[in-house]
Amino acid sequence: MPLLENGQIVADGWTLVQDDQVLPDGDILVPLSRLSEGLGRNGKGRLGVVLTPDARVEVLKEALPRLDLVCLTFPIFRDGRAFTQARSLREHLHFAGAVRVTGHFLPDQYEFLLRCGVSQLVIPEQSDLTVWQKAHERITVAYQPSVLNEKPEGFGFRRFLSP
Amino acid sequence: MLRVAIPYGVLSAAQMRTLAYIARRYDRDYGHFTTRQNIQFNWIRLEDTPDILDILADAEMHAIQTSGNCIRNVTSDQFAGAARDEVLDPRVHAEILRQWSTLHPEFTFLPRKFKIAISGSAQDRVAARFHDIGLLARPGDNGRAVFEVYVGGGLGRTPIVGVKLRDDLPEEDLIAYLEAVLRVYNAYGRRDNIYKARIKILVQALGLDAFRDQVNAEFVAMDRSRYRLAPKVVEAIRARFASPVFEDAAAAATQLAGQVKADPAFAAWVGTNTHPHQRDGYCSVTISCKPAGGIPGDVTSAQMDLLADVAEQYSFGELRITHLQNVVLGHVRQDRLFALWQVLAANGLGTANVGMITDIIACPGLDYCALANARSIPIAQKLSQRFSNATLQHEIGALRLNISGCINACGHHHAGHIGILGVDKRGEEAFQITLGGSAGEDASIGQIIGSAMSEDETVDAIARIVDTYLVRRKPGEHFIETCRRLGAAPFKDVAYATA
Repeated sequence: MPLLENGQIVADGWTLVQDDQVLPDGDILVPLSRLSEGLGRNGKGRLGVVLTPDARVEVLKEALPRLDLVCLTFPIFRDGRAFTQARSLREHLHFAGAVRVTGHFLPDQYEFLLRCGVSQLVIPEQSDLTVWQKAHERITVAYQPSVLNEKPEGFGFRRFLSP
Repeated sequence: MLRVAIPYGVLSAAQMRTLAYIARRYDRDYGHFTTRQNIQFNWIRLEDTPDILDILADAEMHAIQTSGNCIRNVTSDQFAGAARDEVLDPRVHAEILRQWSTLHPEFTFLPRKFKIAISGSAQDRVAARFHDIGLLARPGDNGRAVFEVYVGGGLGRTPIVGVKLRDDLPEEDLIAYLEAVLRVYNAYGRRDNIYKARIKILVQALGLDAFRDQVNAEFVAMDRSRYRLAPKVVEAIRARFASPVFEDAAAAATQLAGQVKADPAFAAWVGTNTHPHQRDGYCSVTISCKPAGGIPGDVTSAQMDLLADVAEQYSFGELRITHLQNVVLGHVRQDRLFALWQVLAANGLGTANVGMITDIIACPGLDYCALANARSIPIAQKLSQRFSNATLQHEIGALRLNISGCINACGHHHAGHIGILGVDKRGEEAFQITLGGSAGEDASIGQIIGSAMSEDETVDAIARIVDTYLVRRKPGEHFIETCRRLGAAPFKDVAYATA
């Protein structure tokens, strides 16, 4: 499925490892249950982990310096736990790697995702990128701090969002 | 249905005229004020909504976050900035919370809807203890606000009185602390069952202490400097809520006293529909949207235009919608009340019943709502008619009567001194009566007194309950006080005593 990053479709070099699969070489994305196995892997390549919405991001605290990607999951767009997970990863755990989302989310949520610290989105095949671009550009003002550290400008909490 | 946001219930005369225009042009010539201080239009065609949203935007209004599992319209005291008993103007922080909660990136897909109310008076007029978060503001040291924070209150299927989470939250931490509460809720609130997804269920499941520990852990871990509410931000917003320029109205009270003496009907209206103001010679006026036999909260477009006119003539062009579904003019000169009352009375808006038994809260019920088990409006109209006699109402005194058409409790029946709950009894509409609820500082949940009755039986039963109160009350005792002193038994006996 296409991977959206910085407004562009980019190549996805990561391999999602299934539960019963032997860990391959290369950049791999493992479920949380196989994190220690992934960390102990001798093969070359980067490591990422997939979190389900009920996982606490604090469990990654020790491993995080050795991870390059954390992938969060939307079972359905209404399940907004990934927003809090993303934000906690950035704000509390100061994770500087990629935060990816996968599953069912909507273009309407794009700006929220970015402002919570998500940097990569797995979007459906044949997605119209202009829809995502419009969703990003539609709202130009925000009223709360976000992990993007937009500079307050104007009255009250107002800050302008970058296009 | 299209529900339009009215932040903390405050709107301008021009905005009210916009709502009147929408009602006239796109709906059936009326709108319905809601218990979240918003307005909803029940007969909007889907294909008209883009045009309506454009019209609203031109009047600086919108419908964002009036539905969905997000932070809903922040409600506040309808007498904010005017009430004599106010210790702090809650609109300033209500506006701060409006800004903060609007299109919040993290909290727009919560387990369930989230309602915040804020009061700045010792007397709780916002039902703070029946909100997901209720805030009671008071002045602290160095002139900055301090908040008492209640959490986990609510009505609906599981009515719960909110519990105190913090006694002394400093103003600068208001946003940080609410972020922490919402973050705990978003992460751990139940999502498997919508009836168990409100924050009250999480607070009950964890217990208050464990919930508070979670919030505190989040609060300590976060970089609070990012969320700090700086004095200059607060002051910039406070400047937008500066008091209007009041005239010298020192002689106004004397003139009013003479008019009250001369006209008993006017006197009755002044007695029930005005509220003490901070400025001598002024008062706040509650315009009742509950005429005898009327539908609670419904206002025609002609009435909306009239409300806009009187707001301009009598109250600096500003109006407030109350969570009791009435309309308030915040600052009216006492010597102009008589003229105002005459205009209102001539247009079906002069009913003298605020706080009385016919000042009924009712949800839209089965007439409009797909969830309802019973129609709320006909029984509200019958009760309103039954108790319409002004002398009788004044004899009964303060009595809150709330009606919900189903257990989702949009009519706040648990918080009524008398509550009515519509149920489905073997395919027939029927009604249960609750007694002893209150939404104020003494918040309590009304208890069901017995099995459901038909609409007419319920109206008669309530008449007998009220009669019993009139016979058994001690001098000066309000209905709720008699009810608490005697317990439900004597009222239950008469409710089911058919001749």
